[in-house]
Amino acid sequence: MLVIEQLYKSFSTAQGPLAVLQGVDLQLAQGGSLALMGESGSGKSTLLHLVAGLDRADRGRILIDGQALDGHSESALSRWRRHGMGLVFQQYNLISSLDVAANLAFQARLAARLDRQWLDYLTTRLGLASLLPRYPEQLSGGQQQRVAIGRALAARPALVLADEPTGSLDEATSDEVLALMLQLVGEAGSSLLMVTHSPRLAARLEQRCVLRAGRVQVEAR
Amino acid sequence: MKFNVCVLIGLLLLGGCDPPAPVPKSFAGLGQDAAAFKQVTRNHPLVFPLDHAAHNGFRIEWWYVTANLRDRQGRDWGAQWTLFRSALRAGPETSDWDSPNLWMGHAALTGPGGHQVSESLARGGIGQAGVEAQPFRAWINDWSLQGSDDISHLQMTASGKGFAYRLNLVSPGPLVLHGARGYSEKSGKGQASYYYSQPFYQVSGEVERDGQRLTVTGNAWLDREWSSQPLAAGQSGWDWFSLHLDSGAKLMLFRVRETQGTPYRAGTWISAEGSAQALQGEQIQLQELAWSKQENGREVPTRWRVQVPAHDVDVQVDALEPNAWMSTRFPYWEGPVRFNGSVSGKGYLEMTGY
Amino acid sequence: MSPLLIALQALLSHWRRHRLQFFSIFTGLWLATALWTGVQALNSQARADYARASAVLTGPAQAQLVARSGERFEQSLYLQLRKLGWQVSPVLEGRLRFAGEQPLTVRLIGIEPLSLPPAMTVAGTPLQGFDLQAFIGTPGQAWIGPDTLRQLAVTAGQATSSDGQRLPPLVVQPQLAPGVIVVDIGHAQALLHASGQLSRLLSSDEARPLPAEIAERLTLQAPSDDGDLQRLTDSFHLNLTALGLLAFVVGLFIAHAAIGLALEQRRGLIRNLRTCGISLKTLLLGLALELGVFAVLGGLAGVASGYGLAALLLPDVAASLRGLYGAQVAGQLSLPAWWWLAGIVVSVLGALLAGASSVLRAARLPLLALAQPQAWRLAQGPWLHRQALVAAFLLVVALGCWQWGNSLTSALILLAALLLAAALLLPALLDGTLAWLARVCHGPLKEWFIADSRQQLPALSLALMALLLALAASVGVGSMTEGFRKTFSGWLDQRLSADLYLTPQDTTQALQITDWLARQPAVTTLLPSWRAEIRLQQWPVQVQGIIDHPAYPARWPLLEQSPQAWAQLASGRAVMLSEQLARRLNLHLGDKLQLANQAMTVVGLYADYGNPKGHLLVNADWLRGHLAQAKLSNISLNLAPDRVAALRADLQQRFALDDSRVVEQATLKRWSSEIFSRTFAATTALNSLTLGVAGIALFISLLTLSQSRLGQLAPLWALGVRRTQLVWLSLGQTLMLSSLTVLLAIPLGLLLAWCLVAVVNVQAFGWRLPLHVFAAQLLQLAVLGLLTSLLASAWPLWQLARRQPSELLRQFADEI
Repeated sequence: MLVIEQLYKSFSTAQGPLAVLQGVDLQLAQGGSLALMGESGSGKSTLLHLVAGLDRADRGRILIDGQALDGHSESALSRWRRHGMGLVFQQYNLISSLDVAANLAFQARLAARLDRQWLDYLTTRLGLASLLPRYPEQLSGGQQQRVAIGRALAARPALVLADEPTGSLDEATSDEVLALMLQLVGEAGSSLLMVTHSPRLAARLEQRCVLRAGRVQVEAR
Repeated sequence: MKFNVCVLIGLLLLGGCDPPAPVPKSFAGLGQDAAAFKQVTRNHPLVFPLDHAAHNGFRIEWWYVTANLRDRQGRDWGAQWTLFRSALRAGPETSDWDSPNLWMGHAALTGPGGHQVSESLARGGIGQAGVEAQPFRAWINDWSLQGSDDISHLQMTASGKGFAYRLNLVSPGPLVLHGARGYSEKSGKGQASYYYSQPFYQVSGEVERDGQRLTVTGNAWLDREWSSQPLAAGQSGWDWFSLHLDSGAKLMLFRVRETQGTPYRAGTWISAEGSAQALQGEQIQLQELAWSKQENGREVPTRWRVQVPAHDVDVQVDALEPNAWMSTRFPYWEGPVRFNGSVSGKGYLEMTGY
Repeated sequence: MSPLLIALQALLSHWRRHRLQFFSIFTGLWLATALWTGVQALNSQARADYARASAVLTGPAQAQLVARSGERFEQSLYLQLRKLGWQVSPVLEGRLRFAGEQPLTVRLIGIEPLSLPPAMTVAGTPLQGFDLQAFIGTPGQAWIGPDTLRQLAVTAGQATSSDGQRLPPLVVQPQLAPGVIVVDIGHAQALLHASGQLSRLLSSDEARPLPAEIAERLTLQAPSDDGDLQRLTDSFHLNLTALGLLAFVVGLFIAHAAIGLALEQRRGLIRNLRTCGISLKTLLLGLALELGVFAVLGGLAGVASGYGLAALLLPDVAASLRGLYGAQVAGQLSLPAWWWLAGIVVSVLGALLAGASSVLRAARLPLLALAQPQAWRLAQGPWLHRQALVAAFLLVVALGCWQWGNSLTSALILLAALLLAAALLLPALLDGTLAWLARVCHGPLKEWFIADSRQQLPALSLALMALLLALAASVGVGSMTEGFRKTFSGWLDQRLSADLYLTPQDTTQALQITDWLARQPAVTTLLPSWRAEIRLQQWPVQVQGIIDHPAYPARWPLLEQSPQAWAQLASGRAVMLSEQLARRLNLHLGDKLQLANQAMTVVGLYADYGNPKGHLLVNADWLRGHLAQAKLSNISLNLAPDRVAALRADLQQRFALDDSRVVEQATLKRWSSEIFSRTFAATTALNSLTLGVAGIALFISLLTLSQSRLGQLAPLWALGVRRTQLVWLSLGQTLMLSSLTVLLAIPLGLLLAWCLVAVVNVQAFGWRLPLHVFAAQLLQLAVLGLLTSLLASAWPLWQLARRQPSELLRQFADEI
């Protein structure tokens, strides 16, 4: 469902242009999961942002279900983010002014695809039922990430993008949260593209690839 | 002999400061229209009682009484009553504020334990101060000197902070004209004034100090002088003596000190009968013997040796109160003295420019 | 390098990256100091000039002898006292008019330098330093202040009064109060046509009883009694001070908010410095030094602008003081340098006030605690609660002042308490309103809109408070000014209904003029009025004697009256009082007033706006019979409009009256309204400045907030909300908050206006005005308030809209 072809992206810096992606090719099947690995600065997050439509590529194509993203307008990209996918970041995922319940339902309501039953199910599964009236800053890191996962899956998006979703958690919590996420992604029928630098976590996904020098170096099944 | 009062009043007009001060430049302005004032001339006969009154048209003039008194306990007192007239410009008196005359009164009471001074100022024209001849009346504010047309009977009153006096003056003797029938030279350079005196007053009355009244008797001396000429340059001050000799004779002496050169001296010997004889400078010797420090810190000679060999006078003169400082706007020393030697008696001493 | 230097370097490095914050603090202190210094400069200049005016003669002359009648007396009384040994010095005072494009009236003081006590100073010149001969001689001298000389606009040092009298040559005395000319008493008697007349005697004697015959005529007046001007103008200056204080507080709001934010952002840095071994003391010293630098910079800029502001407003203030109180204030600032330096001290104190809490917080900062910039919700509740409690207390204070207060100070406390209470209640009210909106609004973005606004509230509340205060003050002062203008001009129209107003030179001339006018067929109404100045309970009062004429009931609007009031007045047994006099004397209709040993019934009360003195109306014949000093001072007349110019010319020629003595109705009205408009020019200017300052406060708050706003907006963007939509939403939030504030400001402003007309005016001037509500004005101010906030939010939002997506992305991950 996701096809990336010859993607180039560079940033202008004080020291001149910095080429981050130099011809990335990648494929992810419907319902599949892919771990994107690489060293710091290898361009993992940039690739993720490009897929999310948060940034635009210099060259190359991103095809979602056969449709190219790069021709889309800003509002079309917004619509794509709202309806087509769920995002989980390493930090600052949540809207601090809204409580847990409102955060969980936020994207689904925005996309007008709120399924109460499914949301209740997610809430229970994520162990957030007792935390609904709380506000983000009253939650622990693991709890915050679980809310972010719940919110990303609430609208059953076609694609879930996760950027080091457990990066700020300790190992045990990290494993637990990831297991839960994989399970729920599966139940939602979504595909998952996850950026991580941990081979241990990556091993739990169906596919893995490593970004090095702006290209996908290894792709293992 | 209050010769330099014109300087005093000149300074009053120009802004005061302690003498001896350099004569301010604008003092020259005062001299510019001097020509408009009437001039003192030799052979001008004095006419009484008219000449007891103010002489408008002359620049400066004064009525000056000093009295040597004794209370019933035998203590010596001195009383001074002075009225100065100074004209800003030549011209007659008016009846409004635009009068050319300024009046200044000084009153002092010297006695056991101290010297008290008061000063009054007034503008002419409005009746706050003045001198009239018939009947005779000289006044400034609540001070007055008034009596008969011929000034043989006078009442003299003045008061100040903590003192007052009310004295009756009666004179059996004639008026005394100084110099050449009232024309009195003041320097070798032609400065002169009209000058007459009544030195023969017998005094009775009362003095009051700090609410305590004392009956007193004694002698008084009236000086009358008017002129238009400012002081010659280089004259720094003067010393003036009016002495009542026990013999009944009277002696007036003065010395005008020069910043350079010998002082100008002159005087009058007045017999007990009232005949006057002018004294020349060389007939008079004045010598300071002791000095006293005054309240302004200046040293003033308060013991003198006075010699007039022609009249067999060689006396030591002592101030009754060495601190008889007149702390008026233009301070000077004026107070009663007593003297002993070839003759004895009482009198008054005035010293300026210290 | 010493630890202090290192700490300072680290602390100051913050400002390189946060220039805006730097300017916020600087601007806050700058504006606070500028407005405060400016207003205080105006007050100080005016007060210094009053002091100079009342201290033209200073020295040991403690008491004054004045005529019991309040009028001039004969010189012979002076001579009598002098002959009794009293140390008194005569003074003659009067008004001297000068014709010209701008007719000018000065206070002429005639003194007698010789009889003044030796320690006396005249216009700062000690008596000893006098050139007596020049002063009292011919032609004499006329001492004049530089400002008055400029107004006279004469050259060659020679001036001629409007009745053709030549003044002595003018001599400039820099210390002399404006509007005063000092001459020798002789010249004064000639210039004022008061030969042999005196106004008062200065006495340096210890108290002793006056002789009976003189005590009949003169009375000893306590020396402190020359402070009329000071007292009369107090209310005017208090009003200015109140406005200045408001601006000062608003400026400190800005500084306080910015300093607090800077500390919040540097928590990490401070922790790092401390963990690196820099002592708390050194760190606090560094913070204090930093604050000091801000204070001095803000102070310097503030004092400079304050000077400019004061110089700009001074002519208006001087004109209104002259118009309202006859007080002479120089049109140029002449305050000493140290005075301006004191302005910097004010800035330092302000900075301390604004920054003290931050430094204290830094002192209490735990070494290892985590930064919790998001912990607002936890702190917000108790904070709002506490504020509401303080506000409730202030409201009780305001209520107490209203119920029991009877002074201008209590009236101003009422205003201050009301304003502060409203400001403190504002966050709670806004929060409550938002909470209610949150309940009725549904939809994810709407909910976020409300919830996020609530979250911004603590950061914006100070700026919104400033906006509330400034707007409410504008509404209040604007309503009062407009209301006053309306009432005043209506009253003036009724009062000024004669065609010509004459001010004869003296009573003799006035009688001649009256006789002549009575024979002119063109004159339809002829109203001579007699005047006397007296004192009632130490208050200066003008008594006006009027003839019995049907014109009065039509022209003299009464606020309250007894039946047949005018007939009773004509009978000579009744009086009418100005509103302020009645209040001062606590008299009501039907009460008796003891006047010249006769009990008069109060039968009417009338408005007498703008008159700092009391005013009293009696029958003319009664006045002439009972107060010897009464003068025929004014004649007003009506005649056919086409005859006005001819009669005027005839009058001027026949009686040698200059332009200032024959005035047409239109001219008088123009003068009155000019005075009026200038009176409120300074108030209006300060008001708009305060509103501007509030706008700047809002702008700076929004700008600082926009930095942290990114963290709030980025997740929304990532979830598919467009950037332009985010900008509109943000703008909507600001507008919503400021609209709510504006909505609250309008009733508050009206309440303020009511306090001003019904409480403050009564206490300050003695008159009460009806409360008018001007809808158009309110609308205008509301739009202005919204516009201010719109402008304030425009720049930060423009910045937000221009943000590159990458900057938003940085909120999620630090790596690329």
